[in-house]
Amino acid sequence: MALKGADILKSLPKTNCKECGFPTCFAFAMKIATGGAKLDQCPHINPESKAELEALLAPPMKLVTIGTGDKAMVIGEEEVLFRHEKSFFRETAIAILLSDDEEPGVIDEKLRKIQGFHFERIGQKLNVNLVAVSHDSQDKGKYTSLVKKAMEFTDMPLLLVSCETEALLEAAALCARRRPLVYPITKENVGAALPKLKELKLPVGVWAKSLEELAGVTAQLQAEGIEEMVLDPGSKNMLEAVRDQTLIRRSALKKGFRPLGYPTMAFPCFMYSDKFKEALAAAACIAKYAGIVVLNQVDERFLLPVLVQRFNIYTDPRRPMTVEEKAYEILNPDENSPILISTNYALDYFIVSGAIEEAGIPAYLAIKNTDGLGVLAAWTSGKFNGEAIAEFIKKFGIENKVKHRKLIIPGVARKLKGELEEELPGWEIILGPQEASEIPKFLAEKWSV
Amino acid sequence: MSYEPPLEKYTVSIREVAWGPAAKLKKIGGENTLPFHYFEGALPNPAGLAMEILDVRPESWSPIVLEPFEDVVSDPVRWARKCIDVYGAEALCLRLVSTDPMGMNKSAGEAAEMAKKVADAAGVPLIVWGTEAEEKDAEVLVEVAKACSGGNLLLGPVVKGNYPDVSKAALEHGHAIVAQASMDANLTKELNIALCKSFPPDRIVVDPTSSALGYGFEYTYSIIERIKQFGLFDKDKMMLMPILADVAADCWRAKEAKESKEQGILWEAITGISFLLAGANLLVVRHPESYRLIREMIMEC
Repeated sequence: MALKGADILKSLPKTNCKECGFPTCFAFAMKIATGGAKLDQCPHINPESKAELEALLAPPMKLVTIGTGDKAMVIGEEEVLFRHEKSFFRETAIAILLSDDEEPGVIDEKLRKIQGFHFERIGQKLNVNLVAVSHDSQDKGKYTSLVKKAMEFTDMPLLLVSCETEALLEAAALCARRRPLVYPITKENVGAALPKLKELKLPVGVWAKSLEELAGVTAQLQAEGIEEMVLDPGSKNMLEAVRDQTLIRRSALKKGFRPLGYPTMAFPCFMYSDKFKEALAAAACIAKYAGIVVLNQVDERFLLPVLVQRFNIYTDPRRPMTVEEKAYEILNPDENSPILISTNYALDYFIVSGAIEEAGIPAYLAIKNTDGLGVLAAWTSGKFNGEAIAEFIKKFGIENKVKHRKLIIPGVARKLKGELEEELPGWEIILGPQEASEIPKFLAEKWSV
Repeated sequence: MSYEPPLEKYTVSIREVAWGPAAKLKKIGGENTLPFHYFEGALPNPAGLAMEILDVRPESWSPIVLEPFEDVVSDPVRWARKCIDVYGAEALCLRLVSTDPMGMNKSAGEAAEMAKKVADAAGVPLIVWGTEAEEKDAEVLVEVAKACSGGNLLLGPVVKGNYPDVSKAALEHGHAIVAQASMDANLTKELNIALCKSFPPDRIVVDPTSSALGYGFEYTYSIIERIKQFGLFDKDKMMLMPILADVAADCWRAKEAKESKEQGILWEAITGISFLLAGANLLVVRHPESYRLIREMIMEC
């Protein structure tokens, strides 16, 4: 619900005093509408109009910070329903569930894995982000000690889960300096919880059985000065989650409906006991807007696919994805291995490196920085022509890695062959196949030193 | 607090394509809303799921995905029956790998004979797929169309370079087609416009070409979303065809998929279910477990 310049102008003094730095109030209003100026720049606006306008100009979905320091997780302020419209901005936080009903051995194992867990994939770190501490036993003491344990063992932000409001608030007070998310606050317990929540100033996870009820609870909390909330619409399976998450995101972004203008959470761990289905539901919730997804497993074979899917969904479609410029060593090549060259457009890299692996022939894959342009576009713009590549080959000392002087270039870049023969005297320039899928066959049949 | 859920209505529907033998006719598409939006529109046909089989013994498959078919991979007919009888496949995708001009280069006639055998033995909706070598595919798919005349197959890939021959044969012999254009919604539309001059639009499924998790996934995801929205939101008649996402080969080529059975199954199932959420109407998958998981997840409504 973007505000137009003309709407903003109505609340300005319209004196054209220029004190804001713009020639007229109208020019100032237009700038505010596009985010290029701030209301504070006007010294004469009356406080009431200012407060009203600020509320209207605020992002339609709040930003919520859970945790503190390096590992704090920030979610919310999303701007679109579909990633191609702009981009999704703040990756879904993946939370791992610990229960005070689990055996101590299981808990220790989970904590050890959570803390040590990280993947690296093409220079990107893939991590889980939150520890959800759940109160399922009847014993408050047990819960408190689990919360303490989680604080001790990890430096990750916490999500506190307890249907015993008293236990929940005690735990919240206990780890308040770690800025946990406190969940669930509901229609039933909101009254009792409010005094403590106001005192602690922590982000609040709100649960309700319908979106209408959810809006009622957030409005009540907001009126009492609680700003950071995360919404749980209580979805019971993947299809319900798609529905609820879609309606919340739409209400916030397309209708400007403030009571649902918060990031959301989903619990695939409670939707499915089957680990595969839990992971599939998590992927669906990541694609469809959840700010936090809570899982009950620390098995890397289940988490890695989910984390890669999250990374892909949250990749900014406005910028071509690139990989680092260097000579990648695939399958431990040696001095007799072939050298293939390609661009740093990530898709080119993935497809070519995948094809080399499929071929099972060790090779160097020299990746030249082309600012993410593919072969032909990069050639046209001079980033992948004979001169640029010759310079790159020398800069990275690629000739020192091998005994031969043969360079395989992409089959679509026919004109490049002549250019390189001129720029790299003594090298044999070999035109590779047109399609990356033909690389295995090409290497098997054509490659020899 | 009064709250009105912001439901959206669209005035057009995705075209419904019906393919397969009369007794097992499979309809895909037909929805007048976004994927899985049962709360605001009609989705008369759940997404179609086809299990992949090859006409030759797979050469480079990971043992993880070869294992469920180990006893039948040398015989496409038995392979097809196992998919249906043991793994509950409702549809199949037969890849005529043997016709690859860079490989065994079998003749169109031989391949068509095999396709006929599999179609007869399977009795379920069948996609017959070439090797993406456009000239050879044109020969092969035309022969398959003739040999399986009246079989109501789904033939593909039909591309810019070979569509006149294949679509003519498909029309003559009662088959539907998959129109393939690589990763560009405009090319998808161009090909549809060209095809529809002589081919019925409700016999076309589009394939924007697929990819795997971690290997171009986000491009496919957004192309599928955009094609669906050009159709539903902008009412572009040439963008209302149901969409195919053929994830099998790409997913099982990923090195992560080969690392463990669990990871492999999820690599394929997460890719597949994500593309269904983006708007695909038909998936081709390889592993019986990812097939079952996807089906159970989308059928629970």
